[in-house]
Amino acid sequence: MSTSRSQLTIRTTQAPPPRTESRGAAPQPRRRPASPLWAAWAFLAPVTLYLGLFYAYPLYRNLDLSLRDYTVRSFVQGDAPFTGLANYRKILDDPTFAPALLHTAVFTAVCLVFQYAIGLALAVFFHQNFRLSATLRALFLVPWLLPLIVSASTWSWMLNSESGVVNTLLGALGVGPVNWLTSPSWSLTSVIIANIWIGVPFNLVVLHSGLQSIPAGLYEAAALDGAGAWQRFWRITFPLLRPVSAITLLLGLVYTLKVFDIIWIMTKGGPADSSTTFATWSYRLGFGNLLPAFGPGAAVGNLLVVAALVFGLIYVRVQRKQALS
Amino acid sequence: MNSFLGRPRPTAAVLLVLAVATTATACGSGSGGSGTKAADSGTYTVWDPYPQFTKGSAWTDLLDKCGTAAGVKVKRTAFDTSDLANKTLLAAQQGNSPDVLVVDNPVVSTLAEAGVLTTTEENKLDTSKVDPNLLAAGQSGGKTYGTPIGANTLALYYNKKVLEGAGVDIASVKDWPTLTAALAKVKKAGKKGITFSAIGTEEGSFQFLPWFWGAGAQLTRLDSAQGQSALSLWKDWLKAGYAPNSVLNNTQTTSWQEFATGDYAFAENGTWQLANARKAGFAYGVLPIPGASGGNAPAPTGGEFVTLPAQKDTARYTTSQKLAGCLTSTQNLYATDTTLSYVAPTTEVQDKQVAAEAELKPWVAAVRTAKGRTSDDLGTKYPKISEQLWKAVQSALSGSKSPKDALTEAQSAAK
Repeated sequence: MSTSRSQLTIRTTQAPPPRTESRGAAPQPRRRPASPLWAAWAFLAPVTLYLGLFYAYPLYRNLDLSLRDYTVRSFVQGDAPFTGLANYRKILDDPTFAPALLHTAVFTAVCLVFQYAIGLALAVFFHQNFRLSATLRALFLVPWLLPLIVSASTWSWMLNSESGVVNTLLGALGVGPVNWLTSPSWSLTSVIIANIWIGVPFNLVVLHSGLQSIPAGLYEAAALDGAGAWQRFWRITFPLLRPVSAITLLLGLVYTLKVFDIIWIMTKGGPADSSTTFATWSYRLGFGNLLPAFGPGAAVGNLLVVAALVFGLIYVRVQRKQALS
Repeated sequence: MNSFLGRPRPTAAVLLVLAVATTATACGSGSGGSGTKAADSGTYTVWDPYPQFTKGSAWTDLLDKCGTAAGVKVKRTAFDTSDLANKTLLAAQQGNSPDVLVVDNPVVSTLAEAGVLTTTEENKLDTSKVDPNLLAAGQSGGKTYGTPIGANTLALYYNKKVLEGAGVDIASVKDWPTLTAALAKVKKAGKKGITFSAIGTEEGSFQFLPWFWGAGAQLTRLDSAQGQSALSLWKDWLKAGYAPNSVLNNTQTTSWQEFATGDYAFAENGTWQLANARKAGFAYGVLPIPGASGGNAPAPTGGEFVTLPAQKDTARYTTSQKLAGCLTSTQNLYATDTTLSYVAPTTEVQDKQVAAEAELKPWVAAVRTAKGRTSDDLGTKYPKISEQLWKAVQSALSGSKSPKDALTEAQSAAK
């Protein structure tokens, strides 16, 4: 988790360059004294080596794993035959594929919408610096700071059918008990609720810092022109926050696509696959059984990587377009 | 900026390159691994799934003692049991296998299939005293791949006070109908019936098997009428409210926590909870799981096997065999199985255990009728069957499919 987070931060910091370039300023003339080329390569070496060792090689290995027919025996002896796309065909034909795809899409979309909407509402709320606003904001960060195993276990206790606090509350209100985690029609909803709660602080923090960069003068001018709070939000805050929103949503998308811990701890993807996403399915194939199916597991993992990559490319595209216009 | 980068740059670059190069080579020689082992032939590595035993515990002391007796130093690493199989496969891939591996019994056939383990013919481990039903879990294709260090299995714990309050005489519980009748009485008395674990992992299959086998069903045919009757039994308990809906998400530990509240009449759980049962603060008893129409149902065996992974240097087997033999000697088995709260794998030690602690009697009886999950020459077919079985249990109990449809689908997927 942490690796991909840092990787993405690198991407965010890299994002601005195309914009500054396009804003005019022709490519800078090389004023440096000619320095040996090898020095340049030497400076490049650490990062290239790092990327190669920790990103390119594992990715290659995962690809290789998904294109071979691995059994436990060939995994150890290292003589797995190359089978092309057989593993991919296998997972496409698997009865788990369609539900897992649907759950991944629903889980990601619903989580993103709610995390962003709640995060933005809270960010706007905390933007008006009232007393104790910093303290309250810090409290909102708690879900983000808790280890996922703690928050997910707590959620699964709260949502327990028999002894959970949620059903006790519902009972007090006269609503019958809901089998949050053990009914196929509720399990996906339950993990979505837990994941929204965990994702809100991230959206709050990023959007809140985005709000800081909107000049206060704009609001004053708008207020003088007679714009109400609602108009100020839709005409100033929302449009000026667009670049920050885009990156928040993209990061959120990547995090949410690969959410594993929460689902695994709360429902194990069940009951009857009703909360299985690509992430939990991939894990189950590779590690969740006494007899690991490494090939198909890697294939599902690669589909996730491709999905994240597609959205990343769309983001870069949109950024470039925005910068050009 | 330019002036700063002017001169020092080449020097800095050289330093950087050097630093990177040395780290890279350091990594390279480090990952070789087997090289370090060969150099240090007086040290033998032991891997076990008992992270709860830290340095200074009876288990690590025993390892050291056995090492000294064999004239070598023992380097021990403990893993989480669910992690151990994958770690072992990886280590074998890298030519880094431990000399002695203590591993969960259903994994043995998978590791044997991978060619990671030596047979008892090669490593000369003595298995003559071991109960054949327990040894079967470590046998595959007519070969034996290790010897059990201890066994555990499942039985029914019951809360005497709850049963008394509901007017149930435990002696009347002999088969499924009488057990269900007892649960009905308990529910009427305002208490809860039974808790178990039907979670979507191997644990779920483990807990379902005594009922599945107790109905007379076979793992080679999941959708038989007997299999359906076992799944219907559980399903009907849930429907009638005799068992809580949370069983679908219960691990064996959370299921035990439910029983420990004192509200439940019965809990299906293992030998390893005995120590906790004494702490529970209420009077309890243990009953072997009844078969559908009486008698004791065969429960699956749990517990680990001591195995010797294959090495490039086959000369190491002699010492490894001494270590494994020491760990599973009659005297040491008694001590180890007492600390693990396991039943010993040999009749001799079992009798000694019962003589010392009468409470173990029903457990020894249960272990003697127990059956390995990979037995009946299922071997590596078992993991596939088991996954379909726990899926079917989940589908049926959550109401997304009828027991019949769930098991029919499981059978066609497990083929």
